[in-house]
Amino acid sequence: MLIRKPSDIPGSEITSEETYRHRRAFMVAGAGLIAVAALGLPKLLGGTTTPGTGEKLGTLKKSSFSTSEPSNSFKEISTYNNFYEFGTSKEDPARNAHTLRPRPWTLKIEGECLKPRTFSIDDLLKLAPLEERIYRMRCVEGWSMVIPWVGYPLKALLDLVQPKSTAAFVEFSTLMDPKQMPGQASRALNWPYKEGLRLDEANHPLCILGLGLYGQTLPNQNGAPVRLVVPWKYGFKGAKSIVNIRLVKSMPRTAWNDANPSEYGFYSNVNPGVDHPRWSQATERRIGEFKKRPTQMFNGYGDQVAALYAGLDLKRNF
Amino acid sequence: MSPKMRWTAIKTALWIVCLAPLGWLLFAWFVKHDLGVNPIETITHETGWWALFFLTFGLGLTPLKRFSKWGWVQRFSRPIGLFAFFYACLHLLTYIWMDQSWEWAAMLKDVVKRPFITLGFAAWLLLLLLAATSTTGWQRRLKKNWKRVHRLVYLAAMLGVIHFALRFKTLLLDWRPTAFAATVMILLLLRINWRPKPQPFST
Repeated sequence: MLIRKPSDIPGSEITSEETYRHRRAFMVAGAGLIAVAALGLPKLLGGTTTPGTGEKLGTLKKSSFSTSEPSNSFKEISTYNNFYEFGTSKEDPARNAHTLRPRPWTLKIEGECLKPRTFSIDDLLKLAPLEERIYRMRCVEGWSMVIPWVGYPLKALLDLVQPKSTAAFVEFSTLMDPKQMPGQASRALNWPYKEGLRLDEANHPLCILGLGLYGQTLPNQNGAPVRLVVPWKYGFKGAKSIVNIRLVKSMPRTAWNDANPSEYGFYSNVNPGVDHPRWSQATERRIGEFKKRPTQMFNGYGDQVAALYAGLDLKRNF
Repeated sequence: MSPKMRWTAIKTALWIVCLAPLGWLLFAWFVKHDLGVNPIETITHETGWWALFFLTFGLGLTPLKRFSKWGWVQRFSRPIGLFAFFYACLHLLTYIWMDQSWEWAAMLKDVVKRPFITLGFAAWLLLLLLAATSTTGWQRRLKKNWKRVHRLVYLAAMLGVIHFALRFKTLLLDWRPTAFAATVMILLLLRINWRPKPQPFST
């Protein structure tokens, strides 16, 4: 097995948590002042920053893929979630996800590969150097955030099981356990939650296995202990609390596509030119901002990922 | 207490109850400074919810009067209907101002292209018509037709319920639209089945 030590980076490179928070507080205060002055809406914008509650993940590698845009606060990221396994309102997951037991946890990788394997969460945390990836996250509902994830390329994991040449797609399954996930008692979606990617998408360096947030292990409501983060696609593509990854020959079924095939496609790349049948995708509201901003093609990651879709009609393959 | 004073007291109480949701919203906004992570969404959802609530509640008044024989119940119809319109106006204003930032072209496209928005806007237009003709003057002018026109409130409620249901990522995801739809249908059936024979001289 491959156990690599996190690469050393000088301490001067690492932004301390305190500075991190101050930057955020400064941004919030600035935004707040503008709002008060221009609109007379005191404190409509921004939230207070509270520290996370997870385990510290130590030294993190910085990534050139990270955006320099200010991150949303931990509170915003951890109290406004779509995670229907814990209820269908945005506030439900933060309230209900305490029933999830993220440890011990195993992730099984199987299917069209030479070395199928099961990883424990401790294996996963040591498998590759942990990186901070500050990504934009665009929800299909028309809002967005900037989130400082911790993780590493999914490719690092997939390479270990050696996909066969017959593997063309990857299927991700969330835990199925109504005791831990009370929302699974209702039929909101076809449980367990399934998502999928083409193998070349899964191997793209932007696509990461998410293991943390704000330098700490993931809060339950954000998909603890291990999730998928695909920043150029709508947020629901990022399967949470994953227990199974399967390399497969043909396009897998996915939870949202099952629920409403005319509204949620397999690809679900962020695309301002292809509207959701019921609402426009041309603009989005960044959480903490007042005015909507234009949505960018591939959520602004077009330079990196557009080549994956050369020759593909993105209007039909939405 | 004279009947007039009692009526004033009841009306004041009604105003307080009907304005309480707005009061709560303003309190959460300006005093508690907590409208959740997405405040504009919260304001949109709350105002829409209360418009639908008062609309549905108002529909229940006529059946309640008929079953209970409490004539005074009917006197609440107009104020409650107008409060429903008031919350619908706040809801529309939130959309125009906070959500769309006065981008008229984008909104026009929304209204034309998206049934979700079209239905909500149509419901508001109906409520506007009903609110505008809710005065005693219009009641007199329209005579018998006034009642017919004001039955459009059922249509407005149904459009409102569908508009509400369409905001969820998949239909039937949330129990509330179904609850509203069922209530409106039951209230409508109560009206239709009441007195099978038309009464030519009733007012």
